[in-house]
Parts: sequence; structure tokens; C-alpha cells
Amino acid sequence: MEPLSWTGAFAPLVPVLWTALAAVAILALLRWIAGFFLSEGDTQTQSDGTLAVTRGPLEMLDLATWWALLAALAVVAIFVAGGAALAEGAGILGAMSRRLLPVWIALASTFALSLTFKRRLGLYGKLFDSTIGMIGFALVMFWVFAAFMGAFGLIVTHDPLGQSGAMKNELPGMPYTRMLGEVAEGSYPYYLLGGDNLGRDVFSRMIAGSWVVVQIAPMATAFAFMVGITLGLPAAYKGGRLDELLSFLANLILAFPVILLFYLLVTPEIVETGIPAYMAAVMFLFPIAFIAILLNSRYRTRPALNTPLLIAVIGGLGWVYLSLISERFGPLDILPQALDLFDIPGGILVVFVSVVFVNSPTVFRIVRGLAFDIKTRDYVAAAQTRGEGSWYIMLWEILPNARGPLIVDFCLRVGYTTILLGTLGFFGLGLPPESPDWGSTINDGRKLLAIYPHPAIVPALSLLSLVLGLNLLADGLREESLRD
Amino acid sequence: MLAFLLRRIAVMLLTALCLTFVVFFLTNLQPNLEKLAKAEGNSRMTDAEVTSFLETRGYARNVFVKYGEWLGVLPGFVIEQPDGSVRGRCFERADSVPPDAPAFCGVLQGDWGYSSVFRDDVGSIVATRLGLTAKLMFWVMVVMVPSALILGVLAGMREGSRTDRSLSTVSILSTATPEYVSGVILIAVFASSAVGLRWFKGTAASAMENATLENFLLPVVTIALYGTGYIARMTRASMAEVMTQQYIRTARLKGVRFRDIVLKHALRNALIAPFTVIMLQFPWLLNGVVIVETLFNYKGFGWTLVQAAGNNDIELLLAVSVVSVFVVLVTQLISDIGYVYLNPRISVA
Repeated sequence: MEPLSWTGAFAPLVPVLWTALAAVAILALLRWIAGFFLSEGDTQTQSDGTLAVTRGPLEMLDLATWWALLAALAVVAIFVAGGAALAEGAGILGAMSRRLLPVWIALASTFALSLTFKRRLGLYGKLFDSTIGMIGFALVMFWVFAAFMGAFGLIVTHDPLGQSGAMKNELPGMPYTRMLGEVAEGSYPYYLLGGDNLGRDVFSRMIAGSWVVVQIAPMATAFAFMVGITLGLPAAYKGGRLDELLSFLANLILAFPVILLFYLLVTPEIVETGIPAYMAAVMFLFPIAFIAILLNSRYRTRPALNTPLLIAVIGGLGWVYLSLISERFGPLDILPQALDLFDIPGGILVVFVSVVFVNSPTVFRIVRGLAFDIKTRDYVAAAQTRGEGSWYIMLWEILPNARGPLIVDFCLRVGYTTILLGTLGFFGLGLPPESPDWGSTINDGRKLLAIYPHPAIVPALSLLSLVLGLNLLADGLREESLRD
Repeated sequence: MLAFLLRRIAVMLLTALCLTFVVFFLTNLQPNLEKLAKAEGNSRMTDAEVTSFLETRGYARNVFVKYGEWLGVLPGFVIEQPDGSVRGRCFERADSVPPDAPAFCGVLQGDWGYSSVFRDDVGSIVATRLGLTAKLMFWVMVVMVPSALILGVLAGMREGSRTDRSLSTVSILSTATPEYVSGVILIAVFASSAVGLRWFKGTAASAMENATLENFLLPVVTIALYGTGYIARMTRASMAEVMTQQYIRTARLKGVRFRDIVLKHALRNALIAPFTVIMLQFPWLLNGVVIVETLFNYKGFGWTLVQAAGNNDIELLLAVSVVSVFVVLVTQLISDIGYVYLNPRISVA
């Protein structure tokens, strides 16, 4: 079988794409330079009250840039849509586009639904008013859909851990053989993005790697937020000694270089002593405490509702908590095997704990700063006059009013957590060595970077696009939440 | 001001003590010591041999006492060996305690200990490696700070303009690119035979003696890129805020040229916030340094950290963490003091 080319039947379009992109770059540069010498077109008020702008050379340049950009985007759209139709006929890009077809469908329907109902969807709907926000959201959702569908075996072409003697360091688009000369019947015929140094499929590992990130990063960030909120609100609201102590501890952790902390927490010897497991036991208490306090402060005047609610919530979460921390033959073997709901695979829990640990002090400082500002507002004074409890004021008066900056920071922090996970993988800490996560894959690929860059470049660009998406999403959210 | 400084320095020392104790405690946990014994002695030692190895070398004692000795506030141990000779913290193995051996030998006395990986004095290792990293950091600062400030000021002087939007996108892109991503991409594009642009070298090992553009540009740019976006965004925000101030409006109404407004009226006030941000970037840069030095095989401070941590080289790791914690705390202090000095509206009495 012939190796696939990058674009297959669409090869004639490639020069068009490059020309369009070069035109965009040159025209934008020209526009920028011209902006210093030429003035913009005059605005004239017409008799009916509307404005008219005369077309000067600057406006013509703007228009030309815009058309060149549209042309480039149109070519990319043809690659994606045509590729989904032609599959291997349209080369590697086409075949990938076909594999990713479920993701395109899911993305298209998400956008169609959200754009239709955007006026009824609150802040989420407003996101679709900002181009930057939409691009970011599309990038993030692309990886989320790809991760979930990949986890259900939809997109991946080969086993992400399966090695092949014949495919070591093969370039993108090579036909797949398990051993030299042996054609594997029934399996996907190509390694779309080539093979890595052990002959594993780079494309499948990229998709499987996104699942690791999507599993850990949002959850870890959410946990860090719960820890940061549960400690930051009282620190700001009560102030005094409590604030001093907690701030000192937060600064203590922040003064630690992150990598040193990872090396100290995630090595096998430390894991053996059980310190990460004990830290998990402490840190996972915070979400339960947070939710229990949240409900209790709201419903404590209605015991008939409050008591059963609290029992159910604490009981349910407590069970999850116990099965989360108790591990067979681990340092904390509390729960009998029959009651243990699930076991977190080795390494993941440690990685999770250390990422939460690194993130919580920053969240603490943000929450504390916001709460310091908000606690002087009138509605807080009103609640105090009504005689509300301090936890009620913190969680139901201050917290909801700090949500804007917190949501924005959450998006940024998921991106930062993704970077941290990559760092852990890059140093080979925590996750098992054959793990398909992006950091480990980059670390694997960097040894042969000068000769075979593709095994490292693919996960590097994936991580870049996801983090970029999260940052753009945060930017869009910030813009839209500041607007009202 | 003096009281503020003293208080800050006291908190700083307390923080440094706490952090070094945490590192000391974690590196002195039993599994780590066993690993050390097997690395130092031989890998097939029995449990009893490991225990006696640790006992005769003073490892099997209370962690607080050991920490005090390391710090130099408690006298170094003297342990009699099974064969009658003595071994102590402050002297080589001898038949009896040498008369000129000092009683205290810890960090306070300037004795940083001995590295079990590099077989050398920790103090001299850290000094050489820090020198190499200082060279790297100097060039990073030379590249990063001016470019970030220019980007930020250009973007922030006309908020919402086309320049602002495109430069902000560039800075978002750079904050979204961690060092291990940009480093890999830069090496693949500019140093690999696959793309063919072999303009630079993918390793900086030769830059340790002789740094040239060819072997040093990629690591410097890789570190600078990640920080640039962040500082540029902070500068942009602060510049945009300054540009809405009353005195800028007054200047514009007086008919001052836009360039003069930016350079003479806005710039100085707009640079207060970025100054603190640049100072607070140091801890992050430390991260970048570790990644880049590993990626480019530049044997500086970050590379030493990885070696020490990976091999549980206790005394080297402690020295490395003391230095890095010290850098972080001092830059925090400088940023606070600088903020107070630069900003006339804030005073600490």
C-alpha cells in the first residue's frame, strides 16, 4: 500500500491556502504600517441621521485582508468537510477528518443549539456574542468531545498502548503492519500521524492523551476551588489571626518551586510512605465540608428539610470519599472490599492530589481578595442586620457576587492545570511510563526530536490548542461578564 | 519603613525555616534513606545491613536533631563505629575525634555538606551551577522584559483598537505555550533535519563555556516566550487604566501630541504594576529554567535540581531548595518595596 500524502485529492488547494495566508500576513502588516501615515476615512452624518464612512486606502486594505482571511478559512473548511466525505481519498487530513466525524457533528449541533437559544442561556449564551470566546469554546469542546468519544473507542484507530515492530518512528500516513511484511487484517490500514519510538500510533495516543487531561484537569481545578473557597471566605470575612495563619500557609506553599514540590511528593518512595494518601484524605474532606456548610447555612431554620438532606448528602458523599481514599493494601485500607465503589488507578490519585495542592493557595488568595472587597457592600451589611449567620453571608451573599471573576479564573486555571499535568508527564512523575498523556508523550518524543519530530510535535500542538482554547474562552467570558 | 522591612524579613526567615524543614523531613523519610543506603553502599544490602549503615552514619536519629545539625545550631554528631573508630558530621572517619574538628558544622557555618551524586562539595556545585543559570536568566531578562513592555504599552495605549486586539491575541498565545511545548516546536522547526532549517542547535551543552547565538538563542527564547505574554497582558491592563485617567484627558485637551502623552505622561505610571509582576515572575521562571535546562541539556541550576531530586541527594537538594526559596522570597520583598517606592499613593508607616 502507498503511504498517504497530507492532502490527497485536495493537493491543488494547498498553494491556494498558502497564498491566502501570505496575503493575510502581508496585508495586515501593510495596514498596520499604513495606519501611522494615512488617516481613516471620514465619517459624515447624513440628513436621515445615519453615518456614512468614505472609503479611503485604509478601508480598502481592511477589506482585502478580510477577503484573504475568508479565502484561507474557506480552504480549511473544504479540507475538513471534503475530508470527512472522501476519507483516505483526501490524504491524511481527510482520513483524520473522517475519524473525527462524530466530533464535528457534536460540535456543530452544540453550536447550532447554543446560537439558537443564546438569549435564554445567561452568561453561557452571551459567550456566543464574542468571536474570541466562540473560538476558545470551539477549541475546548473539540478536545472534550474527542476525549469522551475516544474513551468509548469511537475515534482511535489503534490501541494507544499497542506496539508494532514495523512502525517504529514511521512518518505520518504510513500503512500499518504489525510486523514487517505482515498486513493486519481488519485493523485500520494506516498510522495517520505516524508511529513513535516504540511503534505506537501517534494519532490514537493524542486522542487517548486528551482523555487523561479531560478526566483530571477540570476535577482537580474544581477541588482546588472548593479548598480555596472554604478557606478563603472565612479568612477574608473573619480576618484577624485566622487570616494571618491561613495567608502565611498559602504563601508558604506558593514560595515552593512547583517542580521541587512535585519531585518531593510524587516519587515512588514518598508514595510508599503514604503521605500523598493522607493529603488526599484531608483535601477530599473539603468538598464534603463545603457542600454540607452550603446546605446547612441555607436550610438550618427548616430542620424538617435540613436534617434528612444533610444526612443524605453527607452519607452519599462520605461513601464516595471513603471509597476514593481507601485502597486495597494501600496506606489507608479502611473500607471493606465489598463496599469499595471504585479504585483510582495507581499514580492518578497522587498526580491529582499534588495538582490540587499546588493550585489551592492561588485560589485562596483570589477568593480572599474578592471577599475583602465584597464584604463592605451594603447587601452584606443588610444580611448582618437581618441576623444571618456568618457562613450564610459568606456562601450565599458574598460567593454568588464573586462568581464572575471566579468563573473566568476557573477557565484559566484549568489551562494552567493542563500545563502542570504536562510538566509532571514531561519529568516522568506520577503517571505510568507508557501512559498516553501529552506530557509523557512529549518526554518520550524529545529524545529523537532532531530526526523524527512528529511524535513530540503532535501532543505539543494538542496541548497548546487546548490551553489556548481555555485562555480565549476565559478572555471571552471576562469581556462578556464585564459588559453588564 | 524600617519596621515594615524588619517584619517582612522576619516572616521571610520563618518561611525559609518552615520550607527547608519540610524538604528535610521529606528527604529524610525512611524509604528515601533506604534508597540512599542502597545507592551509597550496594544495591543488594540486607535489611540489617541497611539499618547499620544508616545508624553508623548518623541517619537513624530524630529528624529535628538532624535538622538542627544541618542548620548548624546543634553540635554535629560523633558516632563510635563497630570497629572502634569514630565518624562524625564535621570530620572524616578517624580513630579519635580530631582536635581541630569544629563542634558545629551546618549551613550557618557555611558548610553545605557533600553531594552523593556529584561526589563534590555542595557549596561549590551550587555556586557553579547558579553562575550558569544566571547567564541564562540574564539573557532571558534582556529578551523578555523590553519585548513584553513594548507589546503591552502598544496594546494598552489605544484600548480596543486593532493593534490592541492583535497584540493581545499574541500574548494570549504566548501564555498558552508552556516551555516544553514551545521548546519542542522551536527545536523541531529550527534545529531538526526533518524540517531542514538547521539554523540553531537543539542542545545548549556547548553554551556553558561559550555561548553563541547558535547554541543559546533557542533556550533563551523558549523561557522568555512564556513569561512575555503574561507581563505584556499586565502592562496592557495597567496602561489601559492609566490612559483613562483625568490627567491624560487634560493633556489631550491641551493639545499635547499623542506620542508625548504616552511617553511623558502615561508610561511611568503604567510601569508600576508590571514591575511587581516581573519580580513575581521569578518563581515561574525558575520552573521554566528547570524545564528548559532539561530539554536543552544545559547543566545549570535547574538541571542540578532534577538530578538531586531524582537521585535523592539530600544535602544538594536542600541547598537547591534553600537557594530557590530564597530567590522567591527576596523577589517578593523587592516587589513589595519597589511597589511602595514607585507608587506615591501607598505608604507603609
